[in-house]
Amino acid sequence: MMAWISIGIMLLLVALLARPTGMYVYKAFNGEQTRLDKWFGPLERVIYRLGGISPKQQTWKTYAASVVISNGMMTLLVYLVFRLQAYLPLNPSGIANMEPRLAFNTAISFMANTNLQHYSGESGLSYLAQMIAIVFMMFVSPATALAVVIAMMRGLAGKPLGNFFVDLTRSITRILLPIAFVSALVFVALGVPQTLEPTAVAQTLQGGEQSIARGPMASFLAIKELGNNGGGFMGANSAHPFENPGALSNMLQMLLMLLITTSLPFVYGKMVGNAKQGRVLFVSMAVLFIVMLSTSLTAEYSGNPALNALGADSGQGSMEGKETRLGVAQTALYSVVTTASETGAVNGMHDSLTPIGGMVPLVNMMLNTVFGGVGAGFMNVLLYAMVAVFLSGLMVGRTPEFLGKKLEGKEMMLIAVTLLVHPVLILVPSAIALFVYPETVSNPGFHGLTQVLYEFTSAAANNGSGFEGLGDNTPFWNISTGLVMYLGRYISVITLLAVVGSLAAKRKVPETTGTFRTDTGLFAVVFLGTALIVGALTFFPSLVLGPIAEQLTLKP
Amino acid sequence: MKSIVMGSLRLGLVLMALCGVLYNAAVTGIAGAILPKQAEGSLIYDTKGRIVGSELIGQNFTDPQWFHGRISSIEYNGAGSGTPNYSPSNPDLLARVQQSIQDWRTNNPEVPVDRLPLDLITNSGSGLDPQISPAGAKAQIPRIRSLTGIPAEQLEKLVEEFTLPRQLGIFGEPGVHVLKLNLALQKLVQQ
Repeated sequence: MMAWISIGIMLLLVALLARPTGMYVYKAFNGEQTRLDKWFGPLERVIYRLGGISPKQQTWKTYAASVVISNGMMTLLVYLVFRLQAYLPLNPSGIANMEPRLAFNTAISFMANTNLQHYSGESGLSYLAQMIAIVFMMFVSPATALAVVIAMMRGLAGKPLGNFFVDLTRSITRILLPIAFVSALVFVALGVPQTLEPTAVAQTLQGGEQSIARGPMASFLAIKELGNNGGGFMGANSAHPFENPGALSNMLQMLLMLLITTSLPFVYGKMVGNAKQGRVLFVSMAVLFIVMLSTSLTAEYSGNPALNALGADSGQGSMEGKETRLGVAQTALYSVVTTASETGAVNGMHDSLTPIGGMVPLVNMMLNTVFGGVGAGFMNVLLYAMVAVFLSGLMVGRTPEFLGKKLEGKEMMLIAVTLLVHPVLILVPSAIALFVYPETVSNPGFHGLTQVLYEFTSAAANNGSGFEGLGDNTPFWNISTGLVMYLGRYISVITLLAVVGSLAAKRKVPETTGTFRTDTGLFAVVFLGTALIVGALTFFPSLVLGPIAEQLTLKP
Repeated sequence: MKSIVMGSLRLGLVLMALCGVLYNAAVTGIAGAILPKQAEGSLIYDTKGRIVGSELIGQNFTDPQWFHGRISSIEYNGAGSGTPNYSPSNPDLLARVQQSIQDWRTNNPEVPVDRLPLDLITNSGSGLDPQISPAGAKAQIPRIRSLTGIPAEQLEKLVEEFTLPRQLGIFGEPGVHVLKLNLALQKLVQQ
């Protein structure tokens, strides 16, 4: 009973915060003079001067080039930190330099907002690397995506796109940094450590010694969740009691994961001058979210039939890989939130979820439209909205229009490419891995297929959670997932900016009674249908062979 | 193009200083000043000032006279964290749970298996779970009573004392803090 109330409270808070946050984000990026300029202007001017930025308008091509080049340079900086961390200061636990292929994977992983981790934080990174490499990336990566999606909204609204470097800076100074700073201190109050002292050593009651790894974790945790990054300071991520001391820290983490991404439909509505456009998309995604959550909760409370049959008291539901203080409800909820928002943090081991409970996160990442990560998620939502408009247009035999602009051959080709990239990046490498490299799979049977599928889905969707039994710190996995993460991130940024650039150059056609409106309940249904049909048709066979087969073969 | 490359590099370094150095330094400084106990890891010290553990990190208890925590494949070594990531269909998981149930029967003859909750015989996500369910603690009372001679009522009171309720009465699940419970048990035994 309490579990349901706690879930209800949490969802209510998310719904209540979405619109006000959206209005704040809108103001933060608005060109007009606001009070925000008075507060953040001085800091931003210092950053522009030191960074040598001239805030002039960019075309879609310059904007896209700025994204790819700046992210490339930052990846390089971070790669160097990983490779040289042993020689740099703030390494009290004596961590060695990172091996080149792992450093390649890790640098891309954090730049691409994925945070797939093939290392373990306790033993793989120095405190300095955690701070100036990982935390730095955890700010610039979501800031990049937020900048891009704001530019796209401006373009769709018929305004100039803006300047990438200005948008990147504002994302950090006005949104990410202030919220992360306050949340970090709240996390410390709830018990998350924030120290530069090395690993502590305790004398245990049984007469042994216990090492206790710690570090500057609270500042890390705040931006990990707020920026939909998801990489853990510790190997066990937010299942670690330091990284998630109790149910309250758990709630705050989920709120932060959903805060910005649920606000973006409202930013969009405000930007295009019709709040309904955004509300329709918000409600559609909320429906998907509720369906996913109900499935997951049912599966996890039912537990594992094979274990339940052994005679112990199984009233708690499935507890393998979960934490007592959080319990089944908070873990199931977290698994849905972290994959809906493409964060990738975990507070229990997804590999050990029941087959259907583990399928829900997988489907969230395959659809990639249940809110999605900061910025990147809403790009996909716009993509699916355009596909929905196109399909409806085909059905009634009219040239489809989106926000008063005709969607024609050029745009549809770019959209189709973007749509196909996601399944190709998941299914083709999965097939290759299963064929040439099956020995890294740790769990036998159908679950082994799910492990591989999950890894590439997580990489392509820039999520970063994993079925962590997979032996993934090998050259094959480091290089293959590194490439998948990179392509999963930047192809859609370029193609969708191109779509927006192309639409912006067109004349607006007047709305008539024959226009298919995108701000109605009917559109919500078509939008949901499109996302589900495209997603289901593409991925259903692999789901049948993985989680569904495993569930059917779990015998008491 | 050249200006984008140079601008990116310079801006990258500036943002690295802002987000990587200044932000972390500010949080570390403020946290250390106003919340020093939490900031250093909620460590528990004994009367001689030695660290005996952390309030948040579970400890390994294998001798039968202690309350046991959850299964940990890393034996509660806090230098790392994690689990073997068994899938629900993994035969090794089934074998491990069957073994745990057999051990329970041997060590707790007075308590039938259907009073043994699953959390006691499953691996926690972190391998460092500091808590067990209240039912899991109560099921261990008969064993500890017979080994220490402390009456059951006194042990029950102790378990209740170290049971943490849901946070704000709503969030999460109630749990018993195993290390603190055992610290109190040790005191009782020494008396």
